Order: sequence, then C-alpha cells, then structure tokens
Amino acid sequence: MSSAQQVLPLQTPTPAGRARRPRWHFRLQGSDTAWAIAFVVPYVAVFVAFVAYPVVFGLWMGSRSTLYTLLFSDPRYIDTLVNTLLFVCIGVNVKMFLAFLVSGFFMQRRWWVRALLVVFLLPWALPALSVFLSIHYMLVSQWGLLDTLWTAVTGADGPLFLVSRGMAMAANILAYIWKWLPFWTLIFLSARMAIPQEIYEAAAIDGATGIQQTIHVTFPLMANVYLVATLLSTLWTLGDFPTVHFVSSGAPARTTDVLATYGFHQAFNFGHPDLGAAAMMSALPLVIPVVILLIRRLHRTGVQL
Amino acid sequence: MSVVARTRRLSPWRYRASRRVGEGAGMLLGIVLIVWSLAPIYNMVVIALSAHDDIFAGTIWPASPTLESFYVVVTEGFWYLERFWHQFGNSFFVGLMTMFLTLLIGSLASFTVGRMRLRNGWLLTNAALMTYVIPASFLAIPFYRIMQIYGLTNHLWAVIAAITTFATPYAIFIFSQYGKSIPMELDESARIDGANPLQIYLYVYLPLMAPALVAVGTYALLLAWNEYLYNFLMLSTPDSMTVAVALAQFLNSDESPWNYMMATAIVYALPPMIIYYMVRRNMVAGLTMGGVKG
Repeated sequence: MSSAQQVLPLQTPTPAGRARRPRWHFRLQGSDTAWAIAFVVPYVAVFVAFVAYPVVFGLWMGSRSTLYTLLFSDPRYIDTLVNTLLFVCIGVNVKMFLAFLVSGFFMQRRWWVRALLVVFLLPWALPALSVFLSIHYMLVSQWGLLDTLWTAVTGADGPLFLVSRGMAMAANILAYIWKWLPFWTLIFLSARMAIPQEIYEAAAIDGATGIQQTIHVTFPLMANVYLVATLLSTLWTLGDFPTVHFVSSGAPARTTDVLATYGFHQAFNFGHPDLGAAAMMSALPLVIPVVILLIRRLHRTGVQL
Repeated sequence: MSVVARTRRLSPWRYRASRRVGEGAGMLLGIVLIVWSLAPIYNMVVIALSAHDDIFAGTIWPASPTLESFYVVVTEGFWYLERFWHQFGNSFFVGLMTMFLTLLIGSLASFTVGRMRLRNGWLLTNAALMTYVIPASFLAIPFYRIMQIYGLTNHLWAVIAAITTFATPYAIFIFSQYGKSIPMELDESARIDGANPLQIYLYVYLPLMAPALVAVGTYALLLAWNEYLYNFLMLSTPDSMTVAVALAQFLNSDESPWNYMMATAIVYALPPMIIYYMVRRNMVAGLTMGGVKG
C-alpha cells in the first residue's frame, strides 16, 4: 500500500542481533496461557479472515494457466509490464538519491532552512487523491498552470502531455517523486542526525573536504538504511495505485497502466476479475525475492522504519 | 603539507567569497524546492478560487478570485456534494474506528508476544511483517470478493476491516520496538502483587506506551482518511461513501466543475494536514532517536 508510506517513523534503539529471537525456554503456566490466547485471538482472527483468506482466494483465482497465455497475448499487458518496471526502477531510485541529497541540505541549522522544511513536507501531509487530481488537471487542460507558463515563456502552445505515452509516463513518475520525496527525506534526515558529529570532526582534521566526507563517511554509515528504504519502497511502489490512476489515468488509450491499475481495470471495468488477479500474481516473481531480501536484512540489522 | 594547513592559509577574502557562493547556492536550491513543492498546491488553490467561467481563462492568478466554490462545498450546493457533511462524518467514523481497533488489536498482540513471552510468538511477528511489506492493492480483487461473501459490501465496516488489517502490522512493530524500553521488572513486581495479565496490560503496559499509542493512532487515522482504492471498491451509494470516493466522482462528470472539485479536495485535505503538523514535534523527536544501526 503506497499510503503505508505515511508512517510516522518512531524509532527506538535496539541492540542488533538480539531482536526477536524465539524464547523457547519460557513456558506459560495455567491461567496465563488462557490470557495469552485471549489476547492474540483478535489479531489471529483479523489475519485469517482478511489476509490469509484473500491471499489464498487470490492465488486460486489466478491459478489457471490459460489466464497467463491470455495475459501474455494482450499487447497492453506487455506495455503494462514495461511501464511498471520503468515506474519502479526510475521512480524509486531517483527519489531515493534525491532524498539522500536533499536530506543533506536540511541538515543546516539556519532558521530559513528549518522554515523551508515545513513547506517541503506539504506534499507528504496532503492526501494523495487531492494532489494527484491537481496534477492531472495541470496536465490535461489547455488552460492549466503548466500550459499558461509554457505560453508565457515560449510564446507557443504547450505540449499535450497525456497524448504521448512517454510524456504521460514521465508525468506519472514525476508526480510520484513529488509526493513521496519528503517522507524519505525525513527518514534520511533522521539517519544523518544519528551519525555522531565527532566522526566528521575527525575526518575534517584529517583534511577531508565536504564531498569526501559525504562519500567516505556519510554514505557508508547510511548504506544500510538506504538499502532497506529502497527495498521497502520498491515493494510499495510496485503496488502503487493512486498515482497512475489519477495522474495519467492510463492515457493515452491505456498505454501507461501499471500492474495495479491494469488489474483493477480488468477486474472492475472489463469484468474479468480472474484476469486481474492473474495480472497481480504475475508480480510475484519480483515481489518474493525482494520480500525475502528485506526481511532477512531487517532481522539481521534491526533497522526500523 | 596537509590539507588543513592549506585551508588555514586561505586568505580571509577568498574564504568569505567561497562561503558566500555556498550560501547563494543553498538559497537557490531552497527556492527550487519551494517552487517544486508548492506548484501543484498553488494550482489547486487557484482553480478553487476561480469562478466557473474563469477556469478556462488561462491566467496565473484568477482575475476575480472568489470563495464561491468553497461556499458551494460547505452548503452542499452541487449534486455530487449533496451528502458532503454526511460523507465527511463517514470518513471520520472510519478513521476513528480504524484507529481504535488498530490500537486495541496491535497492543494486545504485541503485549502477548513481547511481555508474556508467548511461545512461537515470532510466527505472529513474521506474519505481521509480511502483511506490512506486501502492497495492499494486490489484494484488492480477492478482498472485494471476500467482502461479498461476508456480506459487508457497501458497508463502512468493510473499509474499517480492510484498513485495520493493513495498519495493525505497523502497530505491532512499533509497539514491540517501543516496549523493549519498558523494564520487565515492572511487570514482574505487579505480578508478585497479584495482578493478572489483563491488569498488567491495563495499568502498567498501556500507560507507559502512551507516546507509541499516539504515534500509531495518528498513523491509522490518517491511513484511513487518505486511502482511496478500498474506499472506492467497498462503498458505492452516496450515503455510504466517504469523502475520498465522493471527490473522485467528479472525474466522471461532463460538466467539468473543476473549481468545485478542487475546493472539495482542499477541504478534504485540511484535517490530515492539521494533524500532521500537530504531531510533527513528536515525530521529529522519534526520528532523532536513531536510524543508523547495524
């Protein structure tokens, strides 16, 4: 869920390695067991009814192999796969790198930089729906802000963004970066703040310039957070629905769909829920390795987001 | 000769000049960031302030800005907005219910796993982790079918169930992390005094978890408020809709009432924006506690 990125990061230091080991040697006694069972029943019930059951149901819906021959014979599906890869690879990596750089900018202790941070967080604080509708309007109309500015600068009529597939895809990716850059900047900002100042002082005494400090001090210390953030963001972005649904709405002619919107349209507009579920399933070969990598990484290092 | 020695010997004039260039570049970057962050928001405000005929004038600022669209939204004066305040209430109901259930289910589960040392509790934590990392939209199609089986379609509880499901894993995480900072001795001494697990949960665990409860509660509330896909799939009549669904309906319209739509979008965005900035202090305090580990 892309909106899961609206997490409020609240971190407490945990000793690495000690986190979440099964405690086999402890056994609950008598009435305590009853209490423990009563306390976990709500979560187990929610998990079974609303996670396990839908997952199994979805696997069952998308289990017929004919569905996949049908999918791969649909040229729009191939387009969708390409779009999804572009959207995830470019969107996530550009966003993360920018967030890394911008977080360095926000480390300054000047008053105007702090004031700027408040403004900079706005895209994250607003609901995705509101802002993507606004961006959609900027792109779709010949009277929108972008077009007006374009005319003011060049004197000619602005381009029609949602007529070209490349432009519409670029708009999706930019809108996505716009919305989620602040959140990851905050994560990296907190990571940067946790680096002890003495390390920088030592590096400065050894004669390291600002850029050398970034490459040899900041980046190695943040590599782990950066990796976990990228993996997590990759998963969420693979399933990102609102960006494409509202910004380009698949225009022109449904050539800019990503898997989430393609599956949605197959299921709810064209009445092929099985095909939609199969389209979502087809992301599994990409999702599963990333999930395994991420979970192992989280267990090993105890990085919390 | 070391670099430090060289930089020390930089003439004061050159030192000041290079500092000014750096400051200038910083300011420039600051301006770029402001324009970048505010452009779509500015666009939204401009359209909301335009009269219907002005939307198509193609100006940077409306010739005669008017609050008419906001008035229409507040008085439910457009047919998509007939039940606006009712839908606003629905959004709040879904948000508050999701918040309450997420806190209850999440804190009970992490209390059992973390404090009572439930055997095989790690299974539960891993199940939660899996739910947290897998994109919710991939479950939308089977979820829709299952809600039909449960008979919950077009019911606010369907959305509450969906969002609670996706918010609880994050709650379990944060609670079990935060819980590690509370000494186990407190539980043990309460137990010696004869408290049962429920009393420990109510009178020892919950009060000490207050900061984490606030953070997670806000998260769940905002997640529910901002969510679109599940709201759209589960709710279809004007009386059951939340604001998100009502707002997106405007896209179906041929009349292009863009100014009403943007005014609605702004009113819809106000509660989460206010909440974000209210809890930002707690958030930043939490952020500074760590991030580089391992």
